[in-house]
Parts: sequence; structure tokens; C-alpha cells
Amino acid sequence: MKISIERGTLLKAVAQAQSVVERRNTIPILANVLIEADANSVSFRATDLDIEVVDKTVAQVERPGATTVSAVTLHEIVRKLPDGALVVLTDDGAAGRLTVEAGRSNFSLATLPREDFPVMASSEYASNFSAPAPVLRRLFDKSKFAISTEETRYYLNGVYLHVADSAGGQVLRCVATDGHRLARIDAPLPDGAETMPGVIVPRKTVGELRKLLEDDDAVIAVSVSETKVRFATPEITLTSKVIDGTFPDYTRVIPTGNTRKLEVDAAEFAKAVDRVATVSSERSRAVKLSLSEDRLVLSVNAPDAGAAEEELAVAYGDERLEIGFNAKYLQEIASQVDRENAVFLFNSAGDPTLMREGNDESAVYVVMPMRV
Amino acid sequence: MPALCRDCLTPFDDGARCPACRSPRVIAHPELFDLSIAHMDCDAFYASVEKRDNPELRDKPVIVGGGRRGVVSTACYIARIRGVRSAMPMFQALKLCPEAVVIRPRGDHYAAVSRQIRAMMDELTPAIEPLSLDEAFLDLTGTAKLHHAPPAVMLARLVKRMEEELGLSGSIGLSHNKFLAKIASDLDKPRGFSVIGQAETPDFLAGKPLGMIWGVGAAGQAALERAGIRTFADLRRWERADLEARFGAMGGRLYHLARGEDHRRVTPNAPMKSISNETTFFEDTGDAEILDGHLWRLSEKVSDRAKAKGLAGRVVVLKLKRANHSLITRRTSLRDSTQMADRLYQTARGLFDQLGDPGPFRLIGVGLSDLTGAETADRSADLLDPQAATRAGAERASDAIRRKFGADAILKGRALR
Repeated sequence: MKISIERGTLLKAVAQAQSVVERRNTIPILANVLIEADANSVSFRATDLDIEVVDKTVAQVERPGATTVSAVTLHEIVRKLPDGALVVLTDDGAAGRLTVEAGRSNFSLATLPREDFPVMASSEYASNFSAPAPVLRRLFDKSKFAISTEETRYYLNGVYLHVADSAGGQVLRCVATDGHRLARIDAPLPDGAETMPGVIVPRKTVGELRKLLEDDDAVIAVSVSETKVRFATPEITLTSKVIDGTFPDYTRVIPTGNTRKLEVDAAEFAKAVDRVATVSSERSRAVKLSLSEDRLVLSVNAPDAGAAEEELAVAYGDERLEIGFNAKYLQEIASQVDRENAVFLFNSAGDPTLMREGNDESAVYVVMPMRV
Repeated sequence: MPALCRDCLTPFDDGARCPACRSPRVIAHPELFDLSIAHMDCDAFYASVEKRDNPELRDKPVIVGGGRRGVVSTACYIARIRGVRSAMPMFQALKLCPEAVVIRPRGDHYAAVSRQIRAMMDELTPAIEPLSLDEAFLDLTGTAKLHHAPPAVMLARLVKRMEEELGLSGSIGLSHNKFLAKIASDLDKPRGFSVIGQAETPDFLAGKPLGMIWGVGAAGQAALERAGIRTFADLRRWERADLEARFGAMGGRLYHLARGEDHRRVTPNAPMKSISNETTFFEDTGDAEILDGHLWRLSEKVSDRAKAKGLAGRVVVLKLKRANHSLITRRTSLRDSTQMADRLYQTARGLFDQLGDPGPFRLIGVGLSDLTGAETADRSADLLDPQAATRAGAERASDAIRRKFGADAILKGRALR
């Protein structure tokens, strides 16, 4: 195999590969990226056995062939090469070495045979559809903060992507929760997605997927089966196993009867929460919200560390209410709001609180209060 | 050389017998009245309490410990002559000493006796660091003026009082730091009083094995031996940096201990680090129902202790021992700390289910660590478990009932499995 490829193109492909490979693993081949060159294109493939990413890119192929080499090392090398350099990768089979040449730099890397590289079994997808990158970006970006890291409830360690009924008909929906907060994000249902089975997309896959969604004009081909999900651009194909579990019935968790309505500038609110939480010494930094007519007082009282208070002008017309929250959770949901005011709907100090952006029902957040 | 009669507490200068009462129980040491860090260790505490309470047992070998499958908690000195040791499996102990009287430990009773001893120690100094029910460090530095007697006299008086008023004996180690005081108390058990002075420290330690160091077990000794270190004298030949490079943080500590230096203070009420409870089964079991029942009972016990002490913990630990004695521990962190039996149980149960090991097991344990005060515990409910608040309410209510009518007044059906 002998190929010439521009440094920037190579860096992008190898960067994606090295982030998929597991840093610490006991199977050496899993640390490697599989490089396959045919007549006029080269593909870079990496896997951790749960996720597989293939980046197919244009290169000048002098001699087709394939080999595998450490993804992390190759990435480090390419990263350190000067911008615009032309990189030549040569593998002369027998020697078990891949040479990387660029300008006056010359590297020789140990390879492992391509036959040892595990390729994810292809599967039948029940549903294939395409969606604009910004739509998927919004679905996952606004929900991923609520993904749980709790190992005992592994079925919460991802985003539940599924088709749901909403007031305006069927929608494509992402839900994530860790039992303390929940995010429910809707998007118009793309053609062909109606038959999609609901799947739990693992946290790591969500992270890798994000890299495919940067380009506003890109259209992503999505394929879903009971066990796998695939996202593809013309260059990159990301295939992932989904979490084998049942996502809990979140609909009964989302309050519908909360009537006490608070409207507040989300950015101001988030900053004020951050400021008062500074004095809190405990791990779960509790902030108290005291609501009275058009007035919100945020306060923290940490007997051993200090106290803080900040007042905000808000729109609130209901009876007085005192309710406590984890400061981090409040900041996280407030930071999801980017155009209008944040609208909070409370019931009592012990019940889940709902938050949305203005009257937009397509992004709804639920957060559990805490005793203060 | 300064000397002290341990029977009549008369201080005097040298001599094999007390000039006042002619007792031979004399302790003499050049630094006797200068040292003030002590370790008091009761002699065969549990067994001694049992013998005191039931004089018929006085001349019989007594083993306190759990069941056929359990281990020896304490063996009296008669049983020890036959080779019975603490932590020895019961069947082995009974093989060595078949006529031994085996008594199930009465934890609450021993704790009550321990509090009586503690009250006596409180009269000596506020700087008391209990290590368990039956041993404690005492720092008597600066108390001589108050007591009109040096620490050695007060310590001798303490064990004398314990014998006279409680019918229990203890051994004293007196030295210039905790490390040496603890070693000293073990030198001349039972009814011992040993002193390790500043001047003799290097010579005393030189030929001693490193297993004496608290925290250096068989594995630690093997690691040290691989480096050619068997005794304190070997250890003293090492540079501090080399020890640290090879043994990490422990290396620095070893460097000091090699020289008999220990800068730890006697800290009263050292904060508790974890609360745990475990059960060894009568017969190995993999039965999910039985294990579930144990998980609940253990969770409840741990929770009871946490509630009694006003503590809560963020890390839940599940411990299992397989039939072949291999140990499994699994832990998980909660978002906010808990002291509730229900949350402990649910979390431990989650860890157990996740493990997916069919067993059989010989032991199961539940623990709570990363402890904090109870005021910040259980402050947020779980969105996905709306029933949790109801269960927490029920738990608080049954706690109130149990406080009023006793621990068995109300039980969960699960506890009867």
C-alpha cells in the first residue's frame, strides 16, 4: 500500500478514529486504525467493539492495500506535522512497518495484520431516513446533559431516540434522564422514520455523533434496527450498538398540572445561580428560590461557609413559594434556553418542576427539587 | 531507677519488691515518669466479660464467636493455650479445643461495658482515641499537675480500678508515641504494663519483624522482603526518597517508623469512615430470595447505625464471598448521601443484580462510606421512582414505632425471608 494524502484531511480522519479506540484495552488490535486503500479512495476504520467509525476520504493511491497501525500514535504524528504538508503512507507488507513521510520527517510504525481487525457485522435496518444535521444536533445537544452515569441503571446511560405522539402529530424525540432531571426534545418526524424502533443511543456514541453534525448543510442518513444505529455522511459512517434495555416510561414523570408560572431571563438567572452557589461548601450545592409577586430571591445558606442572596426581577403572579434545587441542575437547564425567556412551572416544594423556553413545547425539561 | 508498685501504686526508687506492700508486681524504667502516650488493651475482652458474668465458666476454655461457620472473635487465655486464636475459623478452633464453651457475641452488652471503661478513662484525660470496644490510645501529656501524679501512676490506677470495679483486666503500653505504645501493650499480656523509652527505642526495634507495623500484613511483608527488608534494622538502612519511590506514601511512613518516630496525634472521636454489616451463612447459598432477605436486613442494620449516629453516606458497597472464599466487592456513588434503609437496599440490590453471579456465596455484606452529616442527606427524590417518597415516609414511621416499642415491633415481610 502506498498513498499520498493532505495533512488536514488525514488529521480529520485519524482524529475521529483515535477518539473511538479505547485508550486502555487488553486487545492490541483494538488500539489500531484499519487503513484500506482502493483505486482512488482511502478508508480509516476504528472500533471499540461497540462503536465503529469509518471515514472514507479521497487520496492519491499509488498502490492499493491495507494495514493497521496505532490510532493514537498516528494521530499524534499527523497533529504535529505542519499545516498543508503532503503525507505519504507506505506499507511494504513483509516488514510489518508503516512508514509515514512528510517533508523531511520520517516515521516507521509497527503494524498488525488487517485480518485480525474486527469488523462489525452488518445488520438489517428496520428504518432508514435522512435528517438535516442541525435537527439532529439540537435533539442530542439539548438532551445529553441529562444522561445518567449510574452503572446500576445502565438503561439510563444514553439518549432514548424514538418516535412519539405529541399534540401536533408524530415527532422524532430524544429523552435523557438520570432520575434527578429529564430532557425531552422533539423534532419534526422525517419521512421514513415512522417505523423506527425506539433505541437507547449510548453516551459515547452521542459524543462521537456530534462530530458528524458540525456542518449546517449536511444531511445525515440514519438507519435504525433493534440492536444498532447508524449515522452517515457521504464521508463518515458511524455504527453503534444500542443499549440493551428498556427505557423507563418517562411520560408519567413529566408534570402536567403545574400551574405556578415563573418567567425569567435565562442567562441572568443562570449567572445569579452560579454567583450565590459560590458560598456553598457541600457537594450538591443547594440553592433556595423564594418567589413572591414579580420577585425572585436566590439564596444559599451554608452554616460553615457563609451565606449569599441575590434578587431578580421576574414575572410571577402566583402565591408565595420556597423551593430548593441543586445549583448545577438549574444552571444546566437554564443554559439550554437560547432565544426566549425561561418559563418554570412549579407545583409544590416537593414536586418535580417543569422548564421550557417561552411557549415552545418541543423542548421540555423536568428537574427534581431538593430539601433546603 | 524510677519504679512503681502496680498493686498499691507507691512510687519508689529501684528494687524488686514494693517497699510498702512487698508486692513483686513492680514496674521500673528510667523514663517511667516521663512518658505520657499510652495504649490500653483489655485482656480477652469478650471472653472476660462472659467469664465475669458467669463464674461457672471461669476455669473452662471459652470462645466467643459466631456459629459453626463463623470465626473466633475472642478466645480466653485457657483456649489460647490450646492454640485458639482470634479470626480463626470456628471449626478449626473446635478441633484444637473440642471442650470449649462457645458463646455467641453479645455486642450491645460489650458496648455497655466498654462505656464503663471509657468513663474511667475520661477521668484521666480528654485525649482518648478508641480503636475498638476494648482498646484505646490515651494522651496524658500535661496531666501530672492536675492528677498530682505522673501518667504511669494514673494508668496503673486505671487498670487496677477496672479489675476491682468491673472484674476485667487490661494491659498498658506506655511510650512516647502511638506506634510504640501499641507495640508495648502487647509485650506482656495479660495484666501487663510495658514501657518503651526514648533512649531504648532504636535498640528495641532493631531486630523486630516488620509485621509489628499496623497495616503491614503478609502481603506487605512479602513486598518488603523482596526489597531485602526483614527487620527494622534493614529498613533503617534505606534513604527516605528510595522508600517513597518504591512504596509510595507508605514509604515515607516506614522511614519514620523505622526510627521509632510516629507523629500522629491521639485524636479523640476520630471521624467514622464507614458503616457496614455482614453475615456469614450457615450454609452457602445462591438462592436469590434468601440473599434478598439478607440484603434487606443488613441494609436496615447499617441504616439503623447511621441514623443513631446522625450520619449518612454517599457510597454504597456490596460485599460477597464465594464458596471458595474469593471476595467480590462492588460499589457505587449516589447523587446525594443517604441514611435510609430503602435506598441502601435498592442500591445494593442494583449492584447485586448487575453482578449477575449465581453464587453460591458464604457471606454477604452491605456498607455505607464517604460519610457526611445527616442534614444534607436524602434531600432529593428520584423522578423515576415516585413511590420512593412513600416508602421513605413508611420507613420514618416504622423507625418511630421501633424506637417506642423495640426493634422487632415492626418488620418488613422481606426481613423474614
